[in-house]
Amino acid sequence: MHIKSKNKYLLFSKSFLFISLMASSLLAIAKEIVIEPGENAHERLQEAMILMSEGDVLLIKSGYYKFEDGLSLDVNQVTVVGEGMNETILDFQDQQSGAQGFLVTSDEVTLKDFAILDAKGDALKVIGAKGINMINLRTEWTGGPKSTNGAYGFYPVESEDVLIDGCVAIGASDAGIYVGQSKNIIVRNSIAQYNVAGIEIENSYYADVYNNLASHNTGGILIFDLPDLPQQGGHHIRVFENRSIDNDTDNFAPEGNIVGEVPRGTGIIIMANSDVEVFNNLMSGNGTVNLSIVSYSDETDDPNYYPHPKRIQVHNNTYGPSGFDPDIQTGELAKTLFEISNGNMPDIFWDGVAPFSQMIFGQPDDEKLIINENSETSFLTISAIKYMLGFNSPIRTDKEEFKGVINPLEPINIDGI
Amino acid sequence: MKKIFHFVTVLLLCTKMYGVDDSLIVADSFPNKLSEFNFFLDESAQIPSENVIPYELISTLFSDYSYKQRWVYVPNNKKAKYEENWVFDFPTGSALIKTFYYPTDERDPSAGKQLLETRLLLRKEDGWEAVSYAWNEEQNEAYKKVAGKTINVAWTDFTGEEQKVRYRVPNINQCKECHAADDKITPIGPKARNINKDLEFKEGNFNQLVYWMNREIIDEYPLELSSPVDWTDENKDINDRVRSYLDINCGHCHSPTGNANSTGLYLHLNETRDIHLGKYKKPVATGRGSGGLKYSIVPGKPDESILLHRMASMDPGVMMPESGRALTHEEAVIMVREWILLMKN
Repeated sequence: MHIKSKNKYLLFSKSFLFISLMASSLLAIAKEIVIEPGENAHERLQEAMILMSEGDVLLIKSGYYKFEDGLSLDVNQVTVVGEGMNETILDFQDQQSGAQGFLVTSDEVTLKDFAILDAKGDALKVIGAKGINMINLRTEWTGGPKSTNGAYGFYPVESEDVLIDGCVAIGASDAGIYVGQSKNIIVRNSIAQYNVAGIEIENSYYADVYNNLASHNTGGILIFDLPDLPQQGGHHIRVFENRSIDNDTDNFAPEGNIVGEVPRGTGIIIMANSDVEVFNNLMSGNGTVNLSIVSYSDETDDPNYYPHPKRIQVHNNTYGPSGFDPDIQTGELAKTLFEISNGNMPDIFWDGVAPFSQMIFGQPDDEKLIINENSETSFLTISAIKYMLGFNSPIRTDKEEFKGVINPLEPINIDGI
Repeated sequence: MKKIFHFVTVLLLCTKMYGVDDSLIVADSFPNKLSEFNFFLDESAQIPSENVIPYELISTLFSDYSYKQRWVYVPNNKKAKYEENWVFDFPTGSALIKTFYYPTDERDPSAGKQLLETRLLLRKEDGWEAVSYAWNEEQNEAYKKVAGKTINVAWTDFTGEEQKVRYRVPNINQCKECHAADDKITPIGPKARNINKDLEFKEGNFNQLVYWMNREIIDEYPLELSSPVDWTDENKDINDRVRSYLDINCGHCHSPTGNANSTGLYLHLNETRDIHLGKYKKPVATGRGSGGLKYSIVPGKPDESILLHRMASMDPGVMMPESGRALTHEEAVIMVREWILLMKN
């Protein structure tokens, strides 16, 4: 480098000025606001969450906070942090207004280390956020599984760059962790128990769901796509290194909801999505079936909706006992499967429903279901044509014909995570 | 002493006569007291300043049977622009002012009223902002309430019965929850089609659009304007009445640009597709809001229709709208029940 000393000095002083300006503006902007338990907690907390500005951190000290109205946050680039999911408790048992406990509508928000209990509707709803980190949070309905519990624990919808990490979701009457109509999603290291659905990814694109425990739900992990919605065609979902075990809670969803049709004892269920890779999971103790791959079976006139799963890859999972207590009371799936298999419930079930030509000639090569599992893993699919024509044995159980080359899906990357 | 008092009074009157404080409307922050804007000559009596024009809507949002008085303010020499199927595009510096109150006794106007809050939508340089001011006990000043407020109110209704409500002044975020379109705050009421009706002004009885033209706060509106019907007008077609009611009560969220667009249930006036209007539409992320029912609307079967169930409910986890309501709108429930009952498959 050949810079004259004079210029050197100038450069130095300029960058020094810049750095010191940065430092002072950061000092001026970022502040920490502290809320402690006591009188008017709702008003104090809500006011703080409205008046805080970008870069601020709001600390909710450990303790018990009771609310009669929902809370909401609409400031970008802020952090709301408690002192632990068992220490900072936001209790909505006496809630009189608000459709959820906590509502977030802003971007680049981090929520961390607190609990939301007994919300009258959803516990934590996030609408239209770009960048939402939910870390070490707990949502719970403390009276156990009940149809009067709120629908969702964690409920980001129409959001982008969604992280749910180290969270706990208990008792939701729909899904403990639900990500709907969103993009770029990571759900990891979390626990979902005693919900109807433990973890549900619905009408979403690009999701990694890994290292979670889903147990004692009705169904452990659901990857769904539904018609007549602004975002549909769910795809590119990786479900790996999860434990979906002992999902043995009776379905307590209010009727009318799609999860109301999930039979008790379902490990993982994939409905109407494309490009889903399920690998290195443990599925065990699921009384109906460890893994189900199905089409959306209700009528729909939506011309933009594709109701069948395609390019589903299943490999290297571990399967424990399943099918020992099929829930033939709930929905059609378990009943059909029980009848068609004569009670020999498989580990993996594919309903075999596809566009008519595919049901005759098979799936095209680039849309095929691929199953690479060890020889002990049992499998069953229905040959829909034979089924419709009344064949005695319209099933296929040889999974060798579904062996194939795995094309791993790209991992999900969220900037800064 | 008397002289000084007189002087101060004159001075005060002068400030009031000076009119609305334009700079406060566009300022970065909201003043603490409503009176600082000078929207009113007399706060307690709610007598507006010279350029603050009262208006009414054909169909209104239900807010727990509270009464509402509305005013519009457009700065001198500026005009709001007509937009098809949308609210007027108001110029920077405009304000929409709405006071919520309950009469002490609905049968006797002379018994007085209780002012609860005055909500403002202020048109800043880069868009609308919303804020509410809650009235004090003396009823002579309203103070900014960023985080909202709970007011327990009682009044006597038309039948002589005592009514009570836990009235919520919304916080700033809640204002936005309803007033958001494509994530920006927007007014809901003052669409040309929705103010296309007569009103008694101090100069006489005029159609509001004509009056706005004369006052030069707008410079055009279409002569052919299909307006929603007044949903309370029982002489009108029930389908038109219900669609008008659903538009103003639900359509601001339940539309493709609103906060509830993820539901796929669209209740604004321009929606024509049966499935999106709720006919045999399954719930998506409704949870216990469904009440164990399978569809938003089952034609002919109001008791199997989620829409009616959620309108009637008073449970915060079930009821619609999600905020701004603690009581059931009985008259509307009766009307919507009738509408679903008569609906054909």
